[in-house]
Amino acid sequence: MENRIRSDYTKSLQDLQDGLLILGSMVEKAIHKSMQSLKERDLQLAQTVIAEDDLIDQKRFELENTAVTLLATQSPMAADLRLIISALHIAVELERMGDYAEGIARISQTIGEQPTLKPLIDLPKMTELATTMLHKSLTAYTNRDKELAIDVCKSDDAVDSLYSDVYHELVGIMIEDPDTVQRATYLLWVSHDVERIADRATNIAERVIYLVTGELSEIDISTY
Amino acid sequence: MVTDEYILSSDNLNVYYGNFQALANVSIKIKPNIVTALIGPSGCGKSTLLRCFNRMNDLIPIFSLDGSIKYKSQELYDDTTDATNIRSQIGMVFQKPNPFPKSIYDNVAFGLKINGYTGNYDEAIENSLRRAALWEEVKDRLNKSAIGLSGGQQQRLCIARALAVNPEVLLMDEPASALDPIGTLAIEELIRELAGSVTIVIVTHNMQQAARVSDETAFLMVNDNRAGYLVEHDYTDKIFTNPSEERTEAYITGRFS
Amino acid sequence: MIKNILKKENYNQNLNSRYTKGKLYFTVFFTALMIAIIGLAILLFQIISQGTEMLSWTFVSSYPSRFPEKAGILSALVGSIWLMGLTGIFAVPLGIGTAVYLEEYAPKNKFTQFLEINISNLAGVPSIVYGLLGLAVFVGALNMGRTLIAGALTMALLVMPIVILASREAIKQVPYSHREAAYALGATRWEVVRSVVLPSAIPGIMTGAILSMSRAVGEAAPVLAVSALVYLTFVPTDPFDRFTVMPIQIYNWVSRPQDGFRELAASGIILLLVLLLSMNSIAIYIRSKYQNKSEE
Repeated sequence: MENRIRSDYTKSLQDLQDGLLILGSMVEKAIHKSMQSLKERDLQLAQTVIAEDDLIDQKRFELENTAVTLLATQSPMAADLRLIISALHIAVELERMGDYAEGIARISQTIGEQPTLKPLIDLPKMTELATTMLHKSLTAYTNRDKELAIDVCKSDDAVDSLYSDVYHELVGIMIEDPDTVQRATYLLWVSHDVERIADRATNIAERVIYLVTGELSEIDISTY
Repeated sequence: MVTDEYILSSDNLNVYYGNFQALANVSIKIKPNIVTALIGPSGCGKSTLLRCFNRMNDLIPIFSLDGSIKYKSQELYDDTTDATNIRSQIGMVFQKPNPFPKSIYDNVAFGLKINGYTGNYDEAIENSLRRAALWEEVKDRLNKSAIGLSGGQQQRLCIARALAVNPEVLLMDEPASALDPIGTLAIEELIRELAGSVTIVIVTHNMQQAARVSDETAFLMVNDNRAGYLVEHDYTDKIFTNPSEERTEAYITGRFS
Repeated sequence: MIKNILKKENYNQNLNSRYTKGKLYFTVFFTALMIAIIGLAILLFQIISQGTEMLSWTFVSSYPSRFPEKAGILSALVGSIWLMGLTGIFAVPLGIGTAVYLEEYAPKNKFTQFLEINISNLAGVPSIVYGLLGLAVFVGALNMGRTLIAGALTMALLVMPIVILASREAIKQVPYSHREAAYALGATRWEVVRSVVLPSAIPGIMTGAILSMSRAVGEAAPVLAVSALVYLTFVPTDPFDRFTVMPIQIYNWVSRPQDGFRELAASGIILLLVLLLSMNSIAIYIRSKYQNKSEE
């Protein structure tokens, strides 16, 4: 009889978590595509990313609705309550990440037909790191894995360090040749967006720690 | 209006006990095979409304009503409508578990017998007990008295007894209010499981229960003459997240005066 | 917040005097019980010490006689059993029927109320009044003669209010929720009465019926009026025979001057008591048996 108790409710909770993972993978793809469009100067792909952001927004509202309905109708308690509250937070984080991807795609469009200022090496690397963090944070969420979540928080340092490198490099280029200011600034924005993506992956990881332990804390392992 | 779309419907229903008006102009439509919850403050007539649907109010001598109340397309309070026949199609579960002081088997068999069931009794009884999620707990003591069961089991037995008649509608009058939390959960779970195969209308004082078990919720209130009226009837999600009426909002948020 | 003006020093619990009062009342009630029990014990002791000597099979199996040592109670014993049986046949079905009608069918109106009050009043009418009524109606007007059947009909009138009241009480005890449950399953009124109300009420009804029978066995006055026969040297074999009953026989023996008859009377009383007590025991047994069953 135990497994029968509140089976509808249990299923709704599962649906909420599944929805979150779907949203996560949508965002992950959007980030990848936006960086690809920037790197390969694929304006068509940039357009796709921009268009698909609406789907991400939609999915987020859908999840939020599910969560609110669960709160309103099922009087969730303890771990269930934390799960739903976390899901609400994570959905917001994911949606914002989607917006950064859209932002990168728009920059890619703004740059237009011309080549990027320099061959992109560090930015794709940063993106790779950031999406890995996102991926890991969602895995940690699914598996209720506190250690993995802490791991995600730690990897933020690597992204920040790369961001710092890219920043200094671009500033150097701008000082050398003021004509590059506009194009360098585009890339600066991109690098900032990617850095923010990583930060939000860290936020997700913090939510996972809350979900598992019930304790709210800022995980600050950063050396900066 | 397509009457087949709704299994129960009332139109401008007024109910009186003697000179006292218990319900005023209630027009409500109940969809088949879902769970509809009736909520509202004490004395708002939600039980009265429920008991109109299977003509249980007939047992009260001073009861009278006007307006229309229909089961499918059949006018429930027509002279040609037989109350006994209606009750065998619209079952009821009461506030306090009320099994007969007979064996578990005989309790479920009761409705079969009086309704002249000609099939296999053992099969019918097992099926009804299974649908009520009670079979596993009682299969070894079918001939023991039903009084020995726990409150929650007794209530599920009462549900099995009602299901044995194969009703299309099951009316539940605060079915879990006399039970402990575990018994309550079991009943709520059962209601969710039965939804889909039978129409359920449940009266409950417990708003959270209405929120948990129902697909649609109807909110009733009392007017200045202490007669109950329907304020709002909508999807349960809607009622509990964003009701259209301020009075509903006030009631479900506990700011009801 | 409202200020609390109640002060500790204004309270005087006075527990000692309250406990003393409690003990006092306990003593009063216990004494009342002991007086009743002692009185009953003295009575029983006297009867048993007088009556056991004559109590024998001969006493049970002999007819009355002018000689105490030869006299027995057979005709009265058989008469009592006949009377009891016939009374039961008349009173119990009528009483249950009336009770079922009043509880389950009768509309709640002035007439029903009038009936109910009168039935309660009838239970309080002195039994000799029934005897005279029986004499006038059954023996006289209906020309039944001073027969068993006339006696039984008279006695049935006497005990019917008891059966009705006991049955109504038993029917009232059946929870309304059980009736509702049956109605909600599509039962008709008769099905509710037959399958729900009567099975639950039967123990109470039976108890009432048996107690009314024992009342019938113990009554002397109505039979005295109807039968007027004390000295009977045959056993009634059908309802139209003449008869006598144990209380009358005992009364007759008590009123004789000889000591032997006094002892016979005591023996008769013992026999009557045994009969009454065993009937009451059956009633108690039935009640407790069904109670246990429903609580199982």
